Amino acid sequence: MKKASLLMIIGPLFLLGLYVFPLWNIMLGAPQYPDPLGLNIHISGLQGANEFDIQNIDGLNHYIGMQTLPKPEDMWEFGTFPQIIGIMVAIGVLIGLLGYFGKVSYKWFIGWFTLMSILGVLGMYDFNEWLVDYGTNLDLNAIMKLTNPDGTPMTYKPPLLGHVKMLNFDVTSLPSIGAWLMFLGMMLTLTAGFLGWKNTKKQ
Amino acid sequence: MKINNHLLATVGAFLMLVSCGEQNQSSNGALSSSAAEKVYVAPGEQDEFYAFLSGGYSGNLTVYGLPSGRMFKEIPVFSQFPTSGYGYSEETKPMLNTSHGFVPWDDAHHPDISQTNGELDGRWIFINGNNTPRIARINLSTFETEEIIEVPNSAGNHSSSFITENTEYVVAGTRFSVPIPQRDMPINEYKSNFKGSLSFISVDPEHGHMDLKFQLLMPGFNYDLSHPGRGKSHGWFFFTTYNTEEAHTLQEVNASQNDKDFIAAVNWKKIEEYVNNGGGTKMPANYAHNVYDEGTHTATTTMNKEVLTVDPLKVPGAVYFLPTPKSPHGCDVDPTGQYIIGNGKLSADLTVHSFDKMIAAIEGEKFDGEAYGIPILNFEDVLAGQVKSGGLGPLHTEFDGQGNAYTTFFISSEVVKWKLGTWEVIDRKPTYYSVGHLMIPGGNSRKPFGKYVVAMNKITKDRYLPTGPEMEHSAQIYDISGDKMELIYDFPTHGEPHYAAGIPADILAPKSQKIYRLDENEHPNAVKTPTDAKVVREGNEVHIYMSTIRSHFTPDNIEGIKVGDKVYFHITNHEQDFDVPHGFAIIGQNTSELLVMPGQTKTSVWEPKQVGVWPFYCTDFCSALHQEMQGYVRVSPANSNIALKWSLGE
Repeated sequence: MKKASLLMIIGPLFLLGLYVFPLWNIMLGAPQYPDPLGLNIHISGLQGANEFDIQNIDGLNHYIGMQTLPKPEDMWEFGTFPQIIGIMVAIGVLIGLLGYFGKVSYKWFIGWFTLMSILGVLGMYDFNEWLVDYGTNLDLNAIMKLTNPDGTPMTYKPPLLGHVKMLNFDVTSLPSIGAWLMFLGMMLTLTAGFLGWKNTKKQ
Repeated sequence: MKINNHLLATVGAFLMLVSCGEQNQSSNGALSSSAAEKVYVAPGEQDEFYAFLSGGYSGNLTVYGLPSGRMFKEIPVFSQFPTSGYGYSEETKPMLNTSHGFVPWDDAHHPDISQTNGELDGRWIFINGNNTPRIARINLSTFETEEIIEVPNSAGNHSSSFITENTEYVVAGTRFSVPIPQRDMPINEYKSNFKGSLSFISVDPEHGHMDLKFQLLMPGFNYDLSHPGRGKSHGWFFFTTYNTEEAHTLQEVNASQNDKDFIAAVNWKKIEEYVNNGGGTKMPANYAHNVYDEGTHTATTTMNKEVLTVDPLKVPGAVYFLPTPKSPHGCDVDPTGQYIIGNGKLSADLTVHSFDKMIAAIEGEKFDGEAYGIPILNFEDVLAGQVKSGGLGPLHTEFDGQGNAYTTFFISSEVVKWKLGTWEVIDRKPTYYSVGHLMIPGGNSRKPFGKYVVAMNKITKDRYLPTGPEMEHSAQIYDISGDKMELIYDFPTHGEPHYAAGIPADILAPKSQKIYRLDENEHPNAVKTPTDAKVVREGNEVHIYMSTIRSHFTPDNIEGIKVGDKVYFHITNHEQDFDVPHGFAIIGQNTSELLVMPGQTKTSVWEPKQVGVWPFYCTDFCSALHQEMQGYVRVSPANSNIALKWSLGE
């Protein structure tokens, strides 16, 4: 149980990486952008992959009537997410410590993992909602109003995961270092739960 | 007939087999890569070297790639350049100020890249204006001219602009001797009254700013070309002279009478010490120093009123003359600093002096007389060897760093490769036609990159499709990586390239700037956000503070301008994206357009002469909405009372 508890203490700490590294990354490449424009999504706000990328993405998007990219103060998520992550890390480490001293069982480990997974899915859902709004809620006076072959207005929702071709741009959306660290940390807590469970069975 | 063809085919096949056999032993077989493959830079790939070719009478500097011969850019230096507005915009007009007023043209000759420890460091490139003597410094991260200093007491600024091996000095010598100081006197009293100035312009190691530290006032010869000592000869500078006859008329005959002229060897370290200890004479002068500030995007002119002159006789041991046959032109120093090559242009041979022998002769005081008090060394005592080339009219020599030298021969139109030390000729290849300078990247430094040599010719004739009587000059690229030179490309250049300078792309390309930062723009008339855009009247001057971003001007409707107003358009480009300039032009502009780089501010003056509503527009196809990037200025009669008004999107 000590080994499992140690994993449970270390695992949540990996989430601290989210304060430094981006959670998600969207790259936009085009023939005239051999060095692609890029958007790093941090839990506390958006940053350009290069210094002026946000300004340049906004500049291009105004042709098709997309909103400008949100500043941290424009979305409640950028205030709340860092708090939620902080609380979850604290709770996770606390559970691990209590496990180490035999005060709680492995079920608490699995409980933390389950809660974090639910929050993660909710976060992804919320992120996708924003992508939908960002890509479809277009200015009616847009300079270029393009239509799909079936006549419906073209929309520009970036993919949640993977690659799509959008006008002249290749858009690729992938988890970034922060997400991978979070994934690794959560796997450690799941392993902690598994080891704890095995330990109980042995006894 | 049929039999013959078969026979030929068989013989051909046999030859190919033989060639293939040889191929295994030597890299120069028939199947070695073709010239086309050597110069082909596939689409999307980049060249191995930058080459900076002077533009001669274009006054500018052109940037090419090697080995492709593709031209990348023309950098305006001494000439107005309507493409960007250089010399037309209010910010850059001061760059062309001189003591003779605004001089919008010059004859640009000898570019030289800054060095550290005798190796190219790629910070700046310097070039001389020959006609109204000036030296320019160009920044090699922005590829923009940043500074121009006028050289007083000089005329025909030709033995310039060569730098010492740590860029301590950029050196400028006069080709034409003149009265110093200038005065009203009979021309035929030239002899012993005219003087030749050799100017040592210090270069600030941090920002490159130039300062005329001292001028050496030499006898009234023609100082034709020069090069610095390097390595062991660092601290010396060598100048070829002609017209040691001091002729003032029909020089083609009268300046060609002496069998030998001189190479002047100048120990600048010694003179620097003399000057630093308070030596030299301050002389009244008047010369312009124009500095462009990257922060304010603006140039300013300072007129300097004094120059420190040095009489060579006051500094014993500072100057010696090395007799050199036949009106030498190019003066080149090999990468070790041991050999000083005098290219006697009226001769078939090259004269090579030895630095070690020169020092020994000086120490042994083996003098062969003096000229105006300057000791002349004995020709035989300083001679290292002579290259009996068989060519005619040697002009310039460069080095490959492998112990070989390459000399151009103007009259016999060829490049001759020869060996330093043995003086034997290894190879010769024709040029097309009448070659002047040649260039090996780093070929006048301690560390040449001896892969290609570019020969720049004076005569083009039939090399390209004819374009009437006037043609661009031709240049040829030779592969010099093997024993024999191989002609691999032939391309037209722009203007009349004299000298050139080359540098590996990997030194320059990574530090080439992409934009100017708007948040670092310190132009007093910059508009940092579109909300600051405004129009202000000051008497009959109207200042329009305007910003641009794809794809509109802010403001784009302006009213209240009157005939007779002087309208200043101060335009700031708000883009912060690589390669998105905006242009500005307005009908009836008496200057040129502006091409404003991202983050930059430029100003154009417009003096409307007619009542009406006049459009302005972006001249650079900036975006899909470029054609919409336009605006109107309403110009009312001089006596009207229309209030100033400006707007966007109303």
